Amino acid sequence: MLIYALIAGLLFGLYFSLIGLGLNLVFGVMRIVNLAHGDFLMLGGFAAYLLFTWRAINPICSVFLVFVVFGLIGWPLYYMFVPRLQAAKDPEMLSLILFFGFSQVVEAFATIRFGTSEYSIPGDVLGREPWHILTQTFPASWMVSGIASAVCIGLVYLYLYRTRLGYLTRAVMSQRDEALSTGINVHVVSAFAFGLSLALAAVAGVFAPFMFGSILPAMGVGVTITSFAVIVVGSLGQPLGTLLGGMIYGVALMFMQTYFSSWANLLPYLLLIFILLVRPTGLLGKRVRHA
Amino acid sequence: MRRSMCHLIFILVPVVIAFALLPRVYSNHLLLFNFVVFLVLAQGINVIYGFSGYLPFGYVGFFGAGAYGFSLLVLHLHAHPLPALAAGAVAALLLGVILTPLLRLEGAYFAIATLAASEAVLQVISNPNLTDITQGPYGVRLSGVYAPRFAYGMAVAILAFTFLVVIFLRNSRFGLALQAIRENPISAGMAGVNVVRARVIAWLVSALIAGLIGAVYAWYISVFYPETVFDLGMSIFAIVFALFGGTATILGPLLGVAILYGVYNGIGIATPQYFQLVYGALIMALVLFLPNGVLSLARRWGLNVP
Repeated sequence: MLIYALIAGLLFGLYFSLIGLGLNLVFGVMRIVNLAHGDFLMLGGFAAYLLFTWRAINPICSVFLVFVVFGLIGWPLYYMFVPRLQAAKDPEMLSLILFFGFSQVVEAFATIRFGTSEYSIPGDVLGREPWHILTQTFPASWMVSGIASAVCIGLVYLYLYRTRLGYLTRAVMSQRDEALSTGINVHVVSAFAFGLSLALAAVAGVFAPFMFGSILPAMGVGVTITSFAVIVVGSLGQPLGTLLGGMIYGVALMFMQTYFSSWANLLPYLLLIFILLVRPTGLLGKRVRHA
Repeated sequence: MRRSMCHLIFILVPVVIAFALLPRVYSNHLLLFNFVVFLVLAQGINVIYGFSGYLPFGYVGFFGAGAYGFSLLVLHLHAHPLPALAAGAVAALLLGVILTPLLRLEGAYFAIATLAASEAVLQVISNPNLTDITQGPYGVRLSGVYAPRFAYGMAVAILAFTFLVVIFLRNSRFGLALQAIRENPISAGMAGVNVVRARVIAWLVSALIAGLIGAVYAWYISVFYPETVFDLGMSIFAIVFALFGGTATILGPLLGVAILYGVYNGIGIATPQYFQLVYGALIMALVLFLPNGVLSLARRWGLNVP
């Protein structure tokens, strides 16, 4: 029981980190909150569903396709919204409202196309044999999703710490104005981060039918709140804190589900409020809070 | 103080008279009641967001707390609706006091923390283990006190109270102090404004407003589920209505509710997803082109809007 909850928690933790990573990247680089993050995840999930039902493409292959397509969609979206937002008086607040509107539009289109019912992909397309770890049995789809999440997180780490563009991205994250004055093309860096964030959300979406059990057009808001909880626990604006946040969140969720199942839904909210009050900058946060 | 008298006579009185008389000429009373509810909620958002700059996504938490404060007193003590209304107000105020530490957060942190708080209250109330107390997820039935006309009257009275609060904030030193804090808390503090006290007062007043209207809502509807009174959509609607018209004004939320909720009732009920589409697009256009609300157009033309 204990070992099961722990390992399942770590698997889900990896997955939740992947969900939060993109949102945190956007917040760190642009200081805006993309409330439509969960809706991009939902779109990624439906893309995988359509590819699977129409052309029988395995979700593992759709990951690459979805990554490229959503990354490309991110560029025009960035130039449509973000520069205009950042010229406004209170970008953070306005971004909440703007992207809420955007998420409504996305959700409406998805509802018009798919209705309000739930869709799922059979779990055995990711492997038929369940995996045995330390006497416990886990569905193969969980293992594959967890491993894929770990790979994505590792690649983002390599991008941020081992490439030139990643170096510039971190510069914009820590001091936007100084980055601008040293001649970094902030818009290109930000647009790239925005595209990457959408691509990560969509990749997480591909695994959503397996980890959440099913996907539906209205799932976006809930996913956004969950990812917000994850990144706040880790710390806003620091992408790798997300990994810690996701792990804590995943393990805590699994323990709650195992031992106090009727109160498990309360967990993300209480965790979020508690961390915000005790350490408003998150567990790894460095910035001092104002007032 | 002459200006505030003008606002009382030319805004508060016509609005209250209109909503008091409309049920006689218009038969869809539920729709009228919903208009009053959203008008009150939008003005409540105006108090906390417009004047003090805190955007509570979980504003509906106070609404739900009010509704359940009312229902619990009626269910367990078989109280008369009027003391039960007071209980609803007290419940919302209590929640407000508990959540006061959240005011230390700013911007997006505050918005999301209140959202989480509201969801947490919902999860507690709808927990099946508490069915004996709150009826859990199975919803509340208050048919014993069902009195729609009386409840509608009380809703209009709360509307009047809410408008009074906003007119006071618009014309008083205290309202000016709040706006100064919103613009720059440090300078306001230097100028002798008690920042913490002013913020807490604004926060609790807006909680009280939502709690009162939540209690009346429970009374009027009399059969509801936890998800009905803690529906996140309600806070979002109220926020968008207030922003659409223009915050920190008296007329802005009124305009927003009249236009947007009118549109919603025109096309939204038959085809919700198309409405959602129009609505989302409208919100985006608003933020991108008119971030200070429709009334800011009038201000740009040199008119002084109340």
